[in-house]
Amino acid sequence: MHLTVNGEIYDNLIENMTMQDLLDYLKLPANKIAIERNREIVSKSSFNTAILNDGDIIEIIHFIGGG
Amino acid sequence: MKNYIKSDDTLKLGSYEFNSRLIIGTGKYIDYKQNSDALDASGAEMVTVAVRRVNVSNPNKPMLVDFIDPKKTIYLPNTAGCFTGEDAVRTLRLAKEAGGWNLVKLEVLSDPKHLYPDMEETLRAADLLIKDGFEVMVYCSDDPVFAKKLETMGCVAIMPLGAPIGSGLGIQNKVNIRLIVEQSKVPVIVDAGVGTASDATIAMELGCDGVLMNTAIADAKNPIRMALAMKHAVIAGRESYLAGRMPMKKYADPSSPLAGLI
Repeated sequence: MHLTVNGEIYDNLIENMTMQDLLDYLKLPANKIAIERNREIVSKSSFNTAILNDGDIIEIIHFIGGG
Repeated sequence: MKNYIKSDDTLKLGSYEFNSRLIIGTGKYIDYKQNSDALDASGAEMVTVAVRRVNVSNPNKPMLVDFIDPKKTIYLPNTAGCFTGEDAVRTLRLAKEAGGWNLVKLEVLSDPKHLYPDMEETLRAADLLIKDGFEVMVYCSDDPVFAKKLETMGCVAIMPLGAPIGSGLGIQNKVNIRLIVEQSKVPVIVDAGVGTASDATIAMELGCDGVLMNTAIADAKNPIRMALAMKHAVIAGRESYLAGRMPMKKYADPSSPLAGLI
């Protein structure tokens, strides 16, 4: 399975990964980020159940300094 | 010493209430630690933040939330970098999912040279966000006509610029800021243009309800000290406004009585 995460391509990922599996793989803390899949927000409560599909476009955001 | 300052003089923004009338940014600091120290010195209870992609190749990079606790300080997510209403809605929906706040700062910019708000697109974006249930604090030009339109639409705070973002030029058009203050029933917050403490005081003396600043603190030689100066400047300006200044006179008026001289 392949995904695009924040504009970068990830190949050879295992099938049927959940959103939480992806965060674990990327070593990102779920409580500090928000995720969009194919332009739809994925709620934090569904990270453990949302199964990723081949070709999904994922955006993972957080807060940074700004004015 | 008896405290004569009214303690119920709070700033209400949407469904939130603040004791401090200073809102500070979190950009341009040397690091998040300095930013956090400046926040402590400023007494601000809310900070503006930007929404950006996580660096997936370096998950150990310091995160803002590790230095400024979102449980103690309200995060005001902005839409910097958005040029359309749709981009702004998308960004703030993600921000809401990341942090849970409903209060947002809308800014739709135009030309990078002056960073003036694109008011046509700002009005459109404000409408989309309000319909989406957000409480919108809106960065806008110092035009009383646009300010009124944004208020009528339901924005919870009108935030005219004092001068171009990051310029530090101070309040350029006091007449317009005053006109906006007089006509507005929602809080008016000068956003952008403050360079030094007296600029913040001038904004507050004009009757503004608060001041939002980033570069004036972050780019000061000593940001922590400037943050403290801004805290006092905003309080001084607010108290001065509430106190009501003396009338200006053309000639001198002695403070010591002339009668009874020896």
